[in-house]
Amino acid sequence: MRQLLTFIRKEFLHVFRDRKTLLMLFGLPIAQIVLFGFALSNEIKNSSIAIVDYSKDATTTNIIGKIAASNYFDIQRSLASADQLQSAFKKGNIKMAVIFPANFGSDLEHTGRSTIQVIADASDPNQATTITNYLDQVINDYNAGLAKTTGQSMQILPETQLLYNPELRGAPNFVPGVMALVLMLVCTMMTSVSIVKEKELGTMEILLVSPFKPIYIIISKLAPNLLISILNLFIILILSYAFLDLPVKGSLLLLVSCSILFILTSLSIGLLLSINAKTQQAAMMGSLMGMMLPTMLLTGFLFPIENMPLLLQWLSNIVPSRWYFIIVKRVMLKGLGPASVWKETLILTGMCLLLFAISLRKFKIRLQ
Amino acid sequence: MRTLFFLLEKEFRQILRNRQIISTLLIAPLIQLILLPLAADYSVKNISLVVVDNDHSPFSQRLIGKITASGHFRLTGYTASYAQALQLVEQDKADIALQIPIHFERDLVRENTKQLYMAINAIEGTKANLGGAYLSSIIRDYNSDIRLRWQSAPSTPPQPEAPPQVTTAASNWYNPLLNFKLYMVPAILVVLVTAMAAMQSAFNIVQEKENGTIEQINVTPIKKHWFILGKMIPFLVLGIILFSLGLLVGWIVYGIVPVGNLLVLYTSLIVYLFAMLGLGLLIATYSATQVQAMSLAFFFINIFNMMSGVFTAVDSMPDWAQAIVSTFPPSHFIKIMRMVVLKGSGLTDIVYPLTAMAIIGLFLNTWAVLNYRKTS
Repeated sequence: MRQLLTFIRKEFLHVFRDRKTLLMLFGLPIAQIVLFGFALSNEIKNSSIAIVDYSKDATTTNIIGKIAASNYFDIQRSLASADQLQSAFKKGNIKMAVIFPANFGSDLEHTGRSTIQVIADASDPNQATTITNYLDQVINDYNAGLAKTTGQSMQILPETQLLYNPELRGAPNFVPGVMALVLMLVCTMMTSVSIVKEKELGTMEILLVSPFKPIYIIISKLAPNLLISILNLFIILILSYAFLDLPVKGSLLLLVSCSILFILTSLSIGLLLSINAKTQQAAMMGSLMGMMLPTMLLTGFLFPIENMPLLLQWLSNIVPSRWYFIIVKRVMLKGLGPASVWKETLILTGMCLLLFAISLRKFKIRLQ
Repeated sequence: MRTLFFLLEKEFRQILRNRQIISTLLIAPLIQLILLPLAADYSVKNISLVVVDNDHSPFSQRLIGKITASGHFRLTGYTASYAQALQLVEQDKADIALQIPIHFERDLVRENTKQLYMAINAIEGTKANLGGAYLSSIIRDYNSDIRLRWQSAPSTPPQPEAPPQVTTAASNWYNPLLNFKLYMVPAILVVLVTAMAAMQSAFNIVQEKENGTIEQINVTPIKKHWFILGKMIPFLVLGIILFSLGLLVGWIVYGIVPVGNLLVLYTSLIVYLFAMLGLGLLIATYSATQVQAMSLAFFFINIFNMMSGVFTAVDSMPDWAQAIVSTFPPSHFIKIMRMVVLKGSGLTDIVYPLTAMAIIGLFLNTWAVLNYRKTS
């Protein structure tokens, strides 16, 4: 036992001596929470649009005024002709063009119907869909105004309530995502590199020939990263409470214990990566290239998992952060209790035990 | 000049000798490029909906039918009360709860207006945004539908003349089918090139530092700039190769052919790689060990990935954040990629992002070269 404590102390010294790395390890979550929390938003507003008005009558002026008044749109300019649209789209200056044909107002008056042509830059499909819909809403309001004077019949008035996140802020979705991402990557990367480093520098041989048990080597390697990750977890929780107005709605104890479970799972993955990598560079690239994008995409915080092809949905089941993300969302944002997350917790526990068992078995006590 | 030649020969040999590196540098990114766009599908088509139908009238039936027929929504089920529906939303079993109030049909006919209630789980902002948008546009359609039917039905008393109406005809340029992969593949390719080329150059230099072999080069008369060029050019070449393979994968797997000029694309790529290799070099000059270089690189890559507009639009960020993002080279290159690949923008259209990248690149490289010391 004293042996183990000495080794853990050695590992801690290694970690704490490297100030630059330590700074990064703590700086990353702080920067991410602050930047993502304040900057990322799913709300689409102030989209630049161009208006081409061939009619220039009272009706079009009125509608343009209504478009300008909504804070969804930012009328970049009024073009004289639709020929200029192509180049404006290509420069990326505008996201949408609204074209009023000639005789718009008089057509509306005499035939009771006029059509506005709307062209959206669909290179970003979602933005195109959303802003086209916003415009439809503005036009719909305008129609309702017209109808008031003549008496519109059968008006359905939808009332929408946005649950949990009424301002559509990015933070409620991104904070759990960042937690999963940061904990996962810090644990896997730092663990795998710290073991491979000993191999590369040749000091692993010294450890292996000593009477020190291999399991102790593993434990002492994992301990500092476990501590750093737990500290990171608390930093993230405090920051999101203080700055992003996102308190832990459910039980803190439940959230922390699930997080520790997730951290242990990630540490085991790091251990597994270190077994096959020969150089630090390979270990880093393995965890960076192999883990980062899949974690980002398959966790479900950027893209809905149910939209993915079946193969990827299946694949996402073996990504631990996916389950952790669900737990954080339920416990932290919705304030649900253990009854709602027992399944996810069980899956994480299973993964953790399995991964740890595999890496323990495969941990080589000989170098060649 | 001959010095550079020898240095390049050394670097290429070292890189090509290490099979593990080659596979992580080229093969892993390409596999990701094939798989990940499949995952990055934002086109919302499976929004699950729970309905509380308190009216049970032909009107409410027709509305539900119209919503499910749209293809965007999947009906999870009906519940008897709104509270139960909200519970389903809480358990993530439904994204939207729609309540059709009692006397929906009667009040619409008699009083001409009636409310509909929907509650949307807004934690996933995009889904909420689009889901709400789709649902309200379906309700609008439905509204004019029933109005027409009612007015044209022979049994109804003659209605006042229909009010004038403005309609919109929308068309989607550059991506008429709203194919989300067209949008994602170019950006994911940029992410992969960034992680590969720029960060590898940092690791490579720091590796020589850590192994002590850099000392051997420092004591030779090799000039600082030759050494730096010798380190950068191989990764520039690798970056171009990876990019070209990526374009090829995009064409074969996803049928994406750049609309714009390839020359414009490659010019931008070289400017971009120049900037990112400069960042790699800068990281290398500030770190003594590979772990330090990695954690620095990881810091930047992570923030670049999230903030550069790959996943969420830069336009909807607050001004201060947009100002920060404009100093990130990837944000400009992603913009250029999407413009050139999808819209066929030419050199004159991308002058601004291209110059921005060049200036950032010049700044980073100057800083790195000034900070690089042959003596420790």
